[in-house]
Amino acid sequence: MEKFTQHTGVGVPLRRSNVDTDQIIPAVYLKRVTRTGFEDALFAAWRGDPSFVLNQDAYRAGSVLVAGPDFGTGSSREHAVWALKDYGFKVVLASRFADIFRGNSGKQGLVAGQVAQEDVELIWKVLETAPGTEVTVDLEARTVTCDDVVVPFQIDDYTRWRLMEGLDDIGLTLQHEEEITAFEATRDAWRPKTLPAKHLPPVEIKAARPVEVSLGRRPGL
Amino acid sequence: MAGTLAEKVWENHIVRRGTDGAPDLLYIDLHLVHEVTSPQAFEGLRLAGRKVRRPDLTLATEDHNTPTLDIDRPIADTTSRTQIQTLRNNAAEFGVRLHSLGDADQGIVHQVGPQLGLTMPGLTVVCGDSHTSTHGAFGALAFGIGTSEVEHVLATQTLPLAPFKTMAITVNGALPIGATAKDIILAVIAKIGTGGGQGYVLEYRGEAIRALSMEGRMTICNMSIEAGARAGMIAPDETTFAYLKGRPHAPEGADWDAAVEYWRTLRTDDDATFDAEVVLEAADLEPFVTWGTNPGQGLPLSATVPVPEQIADPNERVAAERAIEYMGLTPGQPLREIAVDTVFIGSCTNGRIEDLRAAAKLMQGQTKADSVRVLVVPSSARVRLQAEAEGLDKIFLDFGAEWRNAGCSMCLGMNPDQLAPGERSASTSNRNFEGRQGKGGRTHLVSPLVAAATAIRGTLSSVSDLGPDVPVPDGSPLDLQPA
Ligand code: SF4
Repeated sequence: MEKFTQHTGVGVPLRRSNVDTDQIIPAVYLKRVTRTGFEDALFAAWRGDPSFVLNQDAYRAGSVLVAGPDFGTGSSREHAVWALKDYGFKVVLASRFADIFRGNSGKQGLVAGQVAQEDVELIWKVLETAPGTEVTVDLEARTVTCDDVVVPFQIDDYTRWRLMEGLDDIGLTLQHEEEITAFEATRDAWRPKTLPAKHLPPVEIKAARPVEVSLGRRPGL
Repeated sequence: MAGTLAEKVWENHIVRRGTDGAPDLLYIDLHLVHEVTSPQAFEGLRLAGRKVRRPDLTLATEDHNTPTLDIDRPIADTTSRTQIQTLRNNAAEFGVRLHSLGDADQGIVHQVGPQLGLTMPGLTVVCGDSHTSTHGAFGALAFGIGTSEVEHVLATQTLPLAPFKTMAITVNGALPIGATAKDIILAVIAKIGTGGGQGYVLEYRGEAIRALSMEGRMTICNMSIEAGARAGMIAPDETTFAYLKGRPHAPEGADWDAAVEYWRTLRTDDDATFDAEVVLEAADLEPFVTWGTNPGQGLPLSATVPVPEQIADPNERVAAERAIEYMGLTPGQPLREIAVDTVFIGSCTNGRIEDLRAAAKLMQGQTKADSVRVLVVPSSARVRLQAEAEGLDKIFLDFGAEWRNAGCSMCLGMNPDQLAPGERSASTSNRNFEGRQGKGGRTHLVSPLVAAATAIRGTLSSVSDLGPDVPVPDGSPLDLQPA
């Protein structure tokens, strides 16, 4: 993971609340099995709309997304973070994030900074009055600078430290492997194991076949 | 020290206590895996030359992409096929147990864990799927994780986790006739909002919760995530033990006794405090439906579509306007007059045997409204077998419904089961987001009873709309006399 201390890039005002992960990346894109190349999937349902903010030239190269409250709700799909990163976003700012989204962001090196809603409104105003304005996000000082607006943002200490050090989680945990092994030795006998597999006798499952039914469609559809 | 249920389970799993703001490292008892959120995690392991630390605490199943028709033929959609094939390859390479399409234990991951008796009180359960909260119904601390965390658990069987807050949701009294677990949770979400549970583990308590079957409890915990919560939990009791006893992976003999003894300690101490509390009176509840595009936009079926101008909060007003437009509704329109094209009974929220029984009881001897397509999709192949053994499949087919193979199906439309643009569904699933069930599709979340009544009448309906003599079914087996 790359170390993150400070980033400056074009700010993109996304004036919507409750942008859930289905909106960030619709389920159909989840079928891919790779870890990169999701830039086309970001906000796919809105990308065809010329008035959508990322379709306006000034914002197209944006790397700091400034969104409404409750960003990233819904499904836990990490693809939402990959899509934002693959598009080029380094930072998302909002007044509230869904927990899973925030966790996923931290692990992938995307900064999810919590900014008070009134400060979001100030930044939106600048970005909308002067499209293409750059925003500077300083992780060390936990500040956002956008023209003459300078506001603080929140991110927990641990995530901030990991982002600044560019540390991989698994490597960190494996430093404590002995403790994991010691814990495993105390595991109760009743706690389940999936192997060896126990199940009821095998049974044949019949395949359902398409049936002749009148597909309900309201007139005119 | 006095503790809540969630805190007790947490404490019991600390491998290493975090210092200086670092999170605690928790041991994971059970890791469930499915095809959508795992390929990149296995790829990560391979790239780093790592193994799955505990294949014996890991279980994989195919669910999100699986077709519900023609399951004995190759999957037509190539990307779905690739994703499933990738899981099969990874399971084989890393020694992970997998229940594939056609296997009796294939099905939605949140049904398979409980039905095998792997989900138990006092465990930590994770899965790369937000509805892992379902398993909290057993008194397990269960939550959804992202793909990086899936990789982390595969490699280390632990997770560094930030602390949570606790919220008690107490539902007093008894549910009125016709209201179900689904109506409780839709009412809870409408009350606290889609962000109301953020940072919290919810504990559902009170008489109305205690009275629920395990299926009903799973429905409630399942949707905790729709209130933004980390997890939902219910303290285990005799209902929990009775459900588990005799299941393939349930403990036996002395292990069973030791387990039950421990499980009985898994309750919030009387003098423990929650960070927040919410109280609902079950008697006030009625069948609930959503009218909008998030699960918090719900109302009792007797209500009307909100009028945005009357909503004081500007953000909510805009959200309501947008939702009403997307949903193709008119402000002030009675919810009961909304006609649907499709009724979907299934998903990890309401695709279990009790849900199918309740729907079948209403459908028995009836036929569906002409204008409606009805899909019944059991949550697992085992549930399908059980339903067939009980004769439910015949009732569904006679009614005019389609009886499908198990999987997530129209809950998220990753397989061919989708709404066409503009089509409207009454769905027993858990998300009514824009396009969730197919691009342009419109979803009303409902209970299985409302779904069945709606399938009969063609418009959003509850059992009471079917006439005074129709008894309200419960989830007990049908008493089918051989013809
Ligand atoms: S049924 Fe729906 S909510 Fe449940 S796991 Fe499948 S897609 Fe997710």
